[in-house]
Amino acid sequence: MATIQPIAGENEQHPDVALVERVRAGDVSAYDTLVRKYERQIFRIAQHITQNREDAEDVMQDAFLKAYEKLDQFQGNSKFYTWLVRIAVNESLMRLRKRRTGKMVSIDEDVETEEGSVPRDLADWAPDPEQNYTQSELAEILRKTIQGLPQGFRIVFVLRDVEGLSTEETAETLGLSIPAVKSRLLRARLQLRERLSRYFRRKKGGEK
Amino acid sequence: MTCSEFLALLDDLIDDSVNTETRTELEKHLKGCEHCEVTFNTTRKTIEIYRSHEIYELPSGLRERLHAAIMSRCKKGC
Ligand SMILES: [Zn+2]
Repeated sequence: MATIQPIAGENEQHPDVALVERVRAGDVSAYDTLVRKYERQIFRIAQHITQNREDAEDVMQDAFLKAYEKLDQFQGNSKFYTWLVRIAVNESLMRLRKRRTGKMVSIDEDVETEEGSVPRDLADWAPDPEQNYTQSELAEILRKTIQGLPQGFRIVFVLRDVEGLSTEETAETLGLSIPAVKSRLLRARLQLRERLSRYFRRKKGGEK
Repeated sequence: MTCSEFLALLDDLIDDSVNTETRTELEKHLKGCEHCEVTFNTTRKTIEIYRSHEIYELPSGLRERLHAAIMSRCKKGC
């Protein structure tokens, strides 16, 4: 069963806390360790929000630099990772606003849709649908499909399901209520499922 | 249990956050309803596919650029 595991238990000290302490004490190499640990996640989040590679590169740089400079403001009561994600989400939204000058950009955008709230296309999928595509074809399908989701759904799905934040952390990061996160997550999952069915459905006559 | 009741609990079932009693009811519905079984399996698969495939590769050289930027700030600050 695909359960989503939290990054660490509530009670034990997270290894990042020790790394953060070392950086605060002047050990920059400890920051490199944090960068290596989270650079992929931060880049992906930025890319999912900005949908632009250059912007995502800039966001990744800016987010890590900002986190480095603001490290004294980091409170040990939240995880370093979720704190960093929050910075990256804000930087990404700022980039978007710059690109679309005059147009308001928010994570509340484009969520008035009923698509996917009731599953329509109920074709079952092939047993291993990915096998019908090469890695690069598959990546293209997955990119195209998730890019088509409304922004407010996409961010919730990415943070919650792909990058492993809890519902509470996702809500806090995006400034949304927990019920709002839950309802967006369900609709995001169902919409993605429906859109992917186009590629992954079991073909008639038993062939894959 | 109706299909809409099942759907309302779909996320909790996928995230494994239902109690035993609810789980039993959900599983009972799944056994008798192909519609919901397909929805459940393919939705779970959707999440799994997105979790297991890197669709945005980290561009090469980005880490080095970041490292240089951090070092230059460090020289000023620490
Ligand atoms: Zn049903």
